[in-house]
Amino acid sequence: MEIDGRVVRAREGETVLQAARRAGVEIPTLCYDEELEPYGACRICMVEVERGGRTRTVASCCYPAEEGLKVRTDTPELRSLRKTLLELASLTGGPEKEGSRFWRMVREYGADPSRLLSRVGGREGECILCGLCVRTCASVTQDGVLAFAGRGVERSVALFPEKTEYCRVCGHCSKVCPTGKIPPEGPAGAFPSVYERAKPLSKSSI
Amino acid sequence: MARLRSLEELERLREEILKGRDPSRPFIAVNTRSACGLAAGSEEVAEGLREEMEKRGVEGKVELRRTGCNGFCQMEPVVTVYPSEVFYVNVKPEDVPELVEGMEKGKVVERLLFQDPLTGQRIERAPDLPFYRHQRKILLHLNGRIDPTRIEDYLAEGGYRALARALFQMSPEQVLEEVKKSGLRGRGGGGFPTGRKWETTRNAPGEPKYVIVNCDEGDPGAFMDRSLMEGNPHSVLEGLIIGAYAIGSHQGYIYVREEYPLAVQNVSIALEQAREHGLLGEDILGSGFDFDVEIHRGAGAFVSGESSALMTAIEGRVGEPRPKYIHTAVKGIHDKPSCLNNVETWANVPLIILNGAEWFRSLGTPGSPGTKIFSLVGKVNYTGLVEVPMGMTLRDIIFKVGGGIREGKRFKAVQTGGPSGGVIPEQHLDTPVDFDELTRLGSMMGSGGMIVMDEDTCMVDVARFYIHFLLEESCGKCIPCREGLRVLDRILTDLCAGKGREGDLRLLEEITEVMSKASLCALGTTAVNPVLSTMRYFRSEYEAHLRGECPARVCKALTAYHINPDRCQGCLLCLRNCPSGAIRGEREVVHVIEQERCTRCGICYATCPFGAVEKLSPPVVPEARYGVRVKKEGRK
Repeated sequence: MEIDGRVVRAREGETVLQAARRAGVEIPTLCYDEELEPYGACRICMVEVERGGRTRTVASCCYPAEEGLKVRTDTPELRSLRKTLLELASLTGGPEKEGSRFWRMVREYGADPSRLLSRVGGREGECILCGLCVRTCASVTQDGVLAFAGRGVERSVALFPEKTEYCRVCGHCSKVCPTGKIPPEGPAGAFPSVYERAKPLSKSSI
Repeated sequence: MARLRSLEELERLREEILKGRDPSRPFIAVNTRSACGLAAGSEEVAEGLREEMEKRGVEGKVELRRTGCNGFCQMEPVVTVYPSEVFYVNVKPEDVPELVEGMEKGKVVERLLFQDPLTGQRIERAPDLPFYRHQRKILLHLNGRIDPTRIEDYLAEGGYRALARALFQMSPEQVLEEVKKSGLRGRGGGGFPTGRKWETTRNAPGEPKYVIVNCDEGDPGAFMDRSLMEGNPHSVLEGLIIGAYAIGSHQGYIYVREEYPLAVQNVSIALEQAREHGLLGEDILGSGFDFDVEIHRGAGAFVSGESSALMTAIEGRVGEPRPKYIHTAVKGIHDKPSCLNNVETWANVPLIILNGAEWFRSLGTPGSPGTKIFSLVGKVNYTGLVEVPMGMTLRDIIFKVGGGIREGKRFKAVQTGGPSGGVIPEQHLDTPVDFDELTRLGSMMGSGGMIVMDEDTCMVDVARFYIHFLLEESCGKCIPCREGLRVLDRILTDLCAGKGREGDLRLLEEITEVMSKASLCALGTTAVNPVLSTMRYFRSEYEAHLRGECPARVCKALTAYHINPDRCQGCLLCLRNCPSGAIRGEREVVHVIEQERCTRCGICYATCPFGAVEKLSPPVVPEARYGVRVKKEGRK
């Protein structure tokens, strides 16, 4: 296959992202971790793929590499797409933590966190919900201390207080967190209890 | 009931059932097997009929049959007398004695017949009603005729004959070929060729393979799948078994939303009966083919109708979509090949097998053969469930089947495809309805919701309604959908509240583009359609809202009520009805609305017999003058 004009040999079963990284082509990601199943939530890794004369924008972390595929990872359209995505993510990603992966990326793409924030308002004390901590915790502890609570715009990361016993403060969640929200001392202070977050089901709008 | 072990045994049973039935013996059908009828009070009518018939001793001569809905929701409770198909509407329990007496004497009860609002004429038989005359019912044909909880009724109408033909006269390949040839396309919204989907699952590596019925109908104002599941569950089940046979699956799932308890109940009964009769389970009809079905009840999430989310839910996890560049037809439930089709798609299958692909293709358009069920709702004269051949124009559906716009108002737009669809304005009313044409117009077929809007509808408000619905229904997993909807919802809410800002329309366009390109699943990528289509056809309304004006005078913040002093007759009616005491005045003195107290509920507007109350947008009212005597010449 071809990535940014270079011929790249992908392995059987690899995704476009994996093939690109092995070939030294950097595609930005937020919710991806090579140790975990692809999750496809942050959409930062979107690339253009051309196949059979048809071009689509796809998430490279999930898209299977395939013979004859032409991939473009860095076009003005993709940069603009990522910039807006980062601005959307920063609605809940604040406050800014200097030096964290997410905020470095925000700068790199020239995203302006205040642009959407000033129009629609943000959600305090939240995160970008990339799910890395939840998924890493589940894979490390087998029975996650962290979980998602709520649906849609009310979604947030929360923890099971009774499970914090198992939490040996292994530090994995802190290490993988791209926003720098989880301190090295563990997630206890960073997230509310799932029982606080759990609300009775809201009525549908209909 | 002993299990049927062969084709002959099935046909023998059918003969027995038919022998016990006299086709000339009348039966009365009342819709108590569908939620719509029950809500209108059909159970009381049915119970009344039963008692009255017993009292008069006619219960042997006439059968009372509890059926599913026959589509004309607005006229429920409906009582249909077969075989004459005399159609009584809005029947109340107190009408029952007269009805039964009429039947005994062979007389039609004139006053309970449907009255054509245009001609004033009473119409006796269902097929002559304008609502039914233009329909072509192949799927809904038995709804309203059979009791869905009695398999005998379905068998008497030729039920499971298609299954028998598939199992005994056709190879799985031939069944697949027939469905492919028919050109049937997925009725759940996408319009993907059903035969090709089946073939993908059939050829995909991995065992077991699954087949699934998607009955997670969640579009506002849509009830096609519900009605089929409640009114004729065996037709869906028969289609599913045939599909399983063609695909090589031995395990099926029926995913029904928990909010459809009656559908769950009726389909559960159907499964039980099919098992008892040997139409489901091991060695179906002695053919050697094994297949069974489990019901999975959904926990009320719109997003679970999305194929990968639905399958995740069946696995017992939270119903969130998965990134799928490999189709669920190849990797679905537990990563095994899984073929998911909508209720209506499955229900088409027995008809295709029985009547052939050629027959199916003779209906509808070359690109979209067959019929489509729509729930026709909104501001039309006749609301209900309609089945029409594909290719009928929107105008014919709305004005012929639906009887046109209520109260003689002007048509403005029709919303199709639910929250993932869009609005279609008047200039496109002559578009023939099929999958491709609707997509071309910036909307989509969707599962068949059709909401008709009149001149009193604000298009920005419509977009706001759908975006807010989606905001509540988004699973929140991916950033563009979750946060994008938040931005859209905020801007649209602000626009409707007169708080729009410069640059808002540009921002709407930017965010919708990102969402449609980058969202994880179809909920997010199509969520932009309500915004894009209203902006495409009604951009001036958006611009007006930015100026603080709602042209349809719907958005409360942009509308004020005013009493025209030249028309007000000082009758006190609005004043007495105003719930917030915002109207001042006395008899024969022009009434005045105190704007600060007015909540813009519109009751004065609706109650004034002289048309003196006016809605103004922008909300600028002439200066109030108190104590002015009314002008009598305005009086009619």
